[in-house]
Amino acid sequence: MMHTAGSKKSQIQFIKQKAREIRIDIVKMTAKAGSGHPGGSLSSADIVAALYFGDVLRVKHDEPDWPDRDRFVLSKGHAAPVLYSALARRGFFPEEWLDTLRQLGSPLQGHPDCKRVPGVEVSTGSLGQGLSMAVGMALAGKLDRKDYNVWVLLGDGECQEGQVWEAAMAASHYKLDNLIAIVDNNGLQIDGKVEDVMGVSPIDDKFKAFGWHVFRVDGHKVDLLMDVFRQALDVKGKPAVIVADTVKGKGVSFMEGEKDWHGKTPNAGQLEEALEQLEAI
Amino acid sequence: MSEMKATRDAYGETLLELGRQNPDIVVLDADLSSSTRTSVFAKEFPERFFNVGIAEANMIGIAAGLAHSGKLPFASTFAVFATGRTYDQVRQSIAYSGFNVKIAASHAGITVGEDGATHQALEDIALMRALPGMTVLVPCDARQTRLAVMAAAAHQGPVYIRLGRAKTPQVYPQDAGFEIGKGLVLWPEPEIQGRYNAVLEGDRVFDVAFVACGITVGLALEAARTLEGEGISCLVADMASVKPVDEDLLVKIARCSKAMVTCEEHSVIGGLGSAVCQVTACNHPVPVVTLGINDEFGESGSAEELMKHYGLTSEHYCKVARELTKG
Ligand SMILES: Cc1ncc(C[n+]2csc(CCOP(=O)(O)OP(=O)(O)O)c2C)c(N)n1
Ligand SMILES: [Mg+2]
Repeated sequence: MMHTAGSKKSQIQFIKQKAREIRIDIVKMTAKAGSGHPGGSLSSADIVAALYFGDVLRVKHDEPDWPDRDRFVLSKGHAAPVLYSALARRGFFPEEWLDTLRQLGSPLQGHPDCKRVPGVEVSTGSLGQGLSMAVGMALAGKLDRKDYNVWVLLGDGECQEGQVWEAAMAASHYKLDNLIAIVDNNGLQIDGKVEDVMGVSPIDDKFKAFGWHVFRVDGHKVDLLMDVFRQALDVKGKPAVIVADTVKGKGVSFMEGEKDWHGKTPNAGQLEEALEQLEAI
Repeated sequence: MSEMKATRDAYGETLLELGRQNPDIVVLDADLSSSTRTSVFAKEFPERFFNVGIAEANMIGIAAGLAHSGKLPFASTFAVFATGRTYDQVRQSIAYSGFNVKIAASHAGITVGEDGATHQALEDIALMRALPGMTVLVPCDARQTRLAVMAAAAHQGPVYIRLGRAKTPQVYPQDAGFEIGKGLVLWPEPEIQGRYNAVLEGDRVFDVAFVACGITVGLALEAARTLEGEGISCLVADMASVKPVDEDLLVKIARCSKAMVTCEEHSVIGGLGSAVCQVTACNHPVPVVTLGINDEFGESGSAEELMKHYGLTSEHYCKVARELTKG
């Protein structure tokens, strides 16, 4: 599944390049739409790029419903732009769709709609529901003796939802080693710092106590992400969670670590500045 | 049109006003305080404000406990999460227990806009109406919102207040008074200022009576103005108190109207339209057309585009009225 050692370096370069393109899409799309969520999309860009462009997710763009595919659930559905960009660039749908984000009649709704977009597994947007659906998919995989894996991306603020922990309990109870959760640990939610609003730390210990194998990684270091993905896939007998430390708004200096860029979009001048920075990476 | 203002803005200001008068008022939010405008209260009364994080079910439970032990809680988040996400908590911990909790939910309806279906509550009125003992208020402008929030605070028992994201015009030129369980006839305009329902004392007959709540009240008024110009006589009633609904007023309206049209920014299933039909069908059947969202989810788009798309415009209301009066 993974590239061999010889091509590893070029693969990392490739993923980094894709992450950059995805970031550019994110700022362009949200600027054009005039609404949307750049901050939490940018913080997930390296993670999503590694999943879709590091041969981690086994998916077929021309057969999105291929029964043996790996499943990816974007539980933090407001980060739709990062997923739309990755799917478009993997060929699931025309890249022109990206220009229609959030417009009336567009398949690219403000939050992902699985009925309209090939490659979107389930509709999300109301937080805290993705991990439960991922547990269901992982259970079905076990029942059918299929070897697909289920990946789910959560926000750190999202982990305040009780349902996340109900699902976490179920995943380890059913020994779902075909389930891997990633927490985009950017430290921010809408009203401020996660620790100030309603602390969720120590998040590693919480998952550990719920019976999960826990990894911690810098969520912007693609090589480290790839290593940890490999290790997570090797975990047997329990689900794995990767707590990925990230910076909200990563890649655009004036958005980094700023809570206000959760749901604010760049104006023309800001877009230009953001693109300049991203193109210089 | 007069000054534009969102009902959620009026909510934030009124909370602050109430908070200064009553030290028992406490406010809860679930990581949306800037959007619901509870942040205004939080700033002045940080010790009486609880941001529970993204945990709506917990927020409702905590609100119930606070009410049980003597506080007057206002709990706020988006309408989808305040009702659907927490339905059983609202049902058991608040409604069944009869606790004095006010749920003030913002971002109701399609005027949420670009966020799309997941964030557009179109069934919240239906959900809340179905709960025994729950009062449901859907104010139409900022001025009325202030009065509705005050009335909710003064009322003993659970209240659901439905608020919007979008800036909307003032419907009421001045405070009209607000009473839970009472509707107001805004058109024909009262001959004596403030005597809204006096028009029903005569023996006038109307071709079409609009019964509306929330953002659609202004649209129905606009439609009535246009239709009167075409010789179609209209009545417009503001039914901000969707539950308890003003049965007396509805029966009176039914008696003097050839047809009724209900207007709401909500599913046609279970909302104001259903409430009106229930009253008229049981007491004085007249033809009723229920306008709203037809058993479908919302979608992304600007608020204005969506209002057009789903037929929530005065033009569409006029069209429906013309068809009704044709034959
Ligand atoms: C159930 C629910 N409650 C509230 C919201 C509104 N909301 C959207 S994003 C967000 C903050 C999310 O924070 P986090 O999970 O940390 O995401 P990130 O920082 O990665 O954007 C909130 C409260 C929602 N979408 N769903
Ligand atoms: Mg976060």
